[in-house]
Amino acid sequence: MDLEYTAEERAFRDEVRDFLADELPTDISEKVRTGHELGKDDHERWQAILHERGWLAQTWPAEHGGPGWSPVQRHIFDEEAALADAPRLVPFGLNMLGPVLIEFGTPEQRRELLPRILDSTDWWCQGYSEPDAGSDLASLRTRAVRDGDHYVVNGQKTWTTLGQHADRIFCLVRTAAEGKPQAGISFLLMDLDDPGIEMRPIRLIEGGHEVNEVFLTDVHVPVANLVGEENQGWTIAKFLLTHERTNIAGVGFATRGLARLRRLGTQVVRGGAPLGEDPVFAARLVELEARLEAMKVTNLRMLSAVQAGGSPGAASSMLKITGTQLRQDINDLSRRALGPGAAAMPHELDGDLAIVPDGAEATAAHYFNNRKLSIYGGSNEIQRNILARQLLGA
Amino acid sequence: MDFTTSDDRQMLAEALRRLLADTWDPETRATAAYTTPYHLPTAWKALAEMGVLAAMVDEDHGGFGGTGLDLLAIFTEVGRATCPEPLLATLLALRLLSSVDAGDDLETVMAGTRAVVAFAEPDDPDAVHDLATTAHGGGGGWRVTGRKSVVHGGPGADLLVVTAMADDVMVLLAVDPSDAAMHDYGLIDGGGASEVVLEDTPARLLGTDVGGALDAALDAGRVALCAEAVGAMDRLVDMTTDHLGARKQFGRPLASFQALQHRVVDLSLEREQARSITIRAAADLDTPAGPRSVALAKHLVGQCARKVAEESIQLHGGIGMTWEYPGAHVAKRLVMLDAQLGDSDHQVQRVVAMDAADA
Ligand SMILES: Cc1cc2nc3c(=O)[nH]c(=O)nc-3n(C[C@H](O)[C@H](O)[C@H](O)COP(=O)(O)OP(=O)(O)OC[C@H]3O[C@@H](n4cnc5c(N)ncnc54)[C@H](O)[C@@H]3O)c2cc1C
Repeated sequence: MDLEYTAEERAFRDEVRDFLADELPTDISEKVRTGHELGKDDHERWQAILHERGWLAQTWPAEHGGPGWSPVQRHIFDEEAALADAPRLVPFGLNMLGPVLIEFGTPEQRRELLPRILDSTDWWCQGYSEPDAGSDLASLRTRAVRDGDHYVVNGQKTWTTLGQHADRIFCLVRTAAEGKPQAGISFLLMDLDDPGIEMRPIRLIEGGHEVNEVFLTDVHVPVANLVGEENQGWTIAKFLLTHERTNIAGVGFATRGLARLRRLGTQVVRGGAPLGEDPVFAARLVELEARLEAMKVTNLRMLSAVQAGGSPGAASSMLKITGTQLRQDINDLSRRALGPGAAAMPHELDGDLAIVPDGAEATAAHYFNNRKLSIYGGSNEIQRNILARQLLGA
Repeated sequence: MDFTTSDDRQMLAEALRRLLADTWDPETRATAAYTTPYHLPTAWKALAEMGVLAAMVDEDHGGFGGTGLDLLAIFTEVGRATCPEPLLATLLALRLLSSVDAGDDLETVMAGTRAVVAFAEPDDPDAVHDLATTAHGGGGGWRVTGRKSVVHGGPGADLLVVTAMADDVMVLLAVDPSDAAMHDYGLIDGGGASEVVLEDTPARLLGTDVGGALDAALDAGRVALCAEAVGAMDRLVDMTTDHLGARKQFGRPLASFQALQHRVVDLSLEREQARSITIRAAADLDTPAGPRSVALAKHLVGQCARKVAEESIQLHGGIGMTWEYPGAHVAKRLVMLDAQLGDSDHQVQRVVAMDAADA
């Protein structure tokens, strides 16, 4: 057994580190570090830099413009990018629609749409969830009725992340009412400026605008925008869920979060001594570190199995639960480390009047916002149901 | 043994519940709590007129309550309404003003002049006896210099009650906020606070050697926070059970999934543990057993409150994460109140220190 990266993987890590040090714009990493909201232009700038290097579409095969990385290489990039305060890559076009088109799309769809994802012409958002179809996604009711060479779409999508920046949306829609609910779902692409589409913001618990509602009224969508066959949408959605999700654990984010928390322990004074010397705090920090170390190895075990041609299977549900809980607990202890000042709205007072250490201003906001981690992407309860079925055969 | 609430307290609690339900409906809460001055001056006036402030003061000082059980009754309602009125800050002020027999100030504050206490400092907020703020008296009256941090209720306050060191003794001073540099900001769970910068600021001496009085006031505040948490947990657990009953997925109510049933039962257990230890602390306040009981309560309640908040968001799913959903604001308050007046971990250390001092 050898838990270390190979010489090539280490060389790759150095290459990634150098790239991030040289190419990641400091104004962008500074926003990430201090918890300022990133604008669309920030994402686009960073995507252009990655694209230039050929590192943007990390999950795509080389023939479609991907870098041809192994799962371990992708993991190394994710970890280094998080530690360097790089923006999280918005996944909808790059990691969701791209792989779907490559697997299920027509040659025309691939030719037309993939390059537009790569050069940021198209910003995609994901229209799966509906007000009454959350965990039970297959019960979705947005209907697409065939009318000549168009579908006419009516219904409502919700929780559409970053839809406010998007040009297009990929949706799951109902195209058949008979049979099992899963069997009547199709995967359809729409332009957000099509007549009949209205987007409204949803404000999240900490005050940010990150998700939206999308109302669809008699939207005419060309049949050419169907991906895969009619009524094959559920298969496509499942492909995406089981598609290698090497970053599901968020090891990089957790590693960065713990490093920052450790730093807070040296910056914050509590009862006359640095917080890091407080035995209660120190014990909590050690516990988080042990959990992170364990998760890192679980993650590497999964990666090496995938690298050897296996499927992540149960491991991705396990890592989703373990990783999100750990990140939420790191967010929690970070917020607590700041004491009463954690409650101050981020960045209302900076400079001499700052109440918490530099970079920690949005800690409580992140704590609340990251409650989403255990809700979306298949809630942790749904992951437990999946694991229970596997463990118990129930 | 008798766990019923006295008629007087029950009446006050019910009146307060109605007042807060009227003034702090969820829509008002979602806006006014987050915009200056982060509370409703009209609501404050109504609270004073109802006698809520006087109910936080004992009879010897012109009030008609002031016991731990009075605080329990009042602040449970504050929590149930997620009311962001700076009542805790004023409770601390009333307690301190009582301890130095500041009769005139007490009277005006009970009548609605809004006083808040500036006791914590930015570098080490828990070290409330180890102050960098200094004061000195002399021919031209008292002057105070230093910075006070996260002064809850600071925005729009009429009177600051400030702790400072004069030589080696802690003194209590009254400062007019218009003489101080007040830097106001909003809080993530609603309500506002200020960084108060004092630079040779004129002050009026209220009392000297007030370290013990400060500790007693903070303990009263801790009981109030525990009671607020219990009221907020009552509301949030109810909202969660309602939601699980109403929301259907997979063709059945969420409440029918056993995995979720057990989770919500656990929340009700947390809530009852929190309620019981809060009753203990409220009954023990101002007795020799008070400090230890209060620290135990604040320790346990802080953890229960966070668990209830996090779990209720989770059990609601996406809707629990939205600004529009009133439960989200209750959850934020439940999480953040732990950090006030020494968090759950800090209370452990206080208990350990008390026991070591007694040994
Ligand atoms: C910030 C955020 C961003 C999102 N972004 C997107 C996006 O871009 N596109 C998109 O399509 N969707 C998005 N979602 C939606 C997300 O996928 C759903 O919130 C999620 O599927 C849960 O659905 P729900 O919110 O309706 O909760 P519900 O399904 O109502 O669940 C409520 C609670 O019940 C539990 N539960 C449900 N069924 C069971 C069961 N059978 N057994 C045990 N427990 C159960 C859940 O785990 C949860 O705790 C986003 C959500 C959030 C919060």
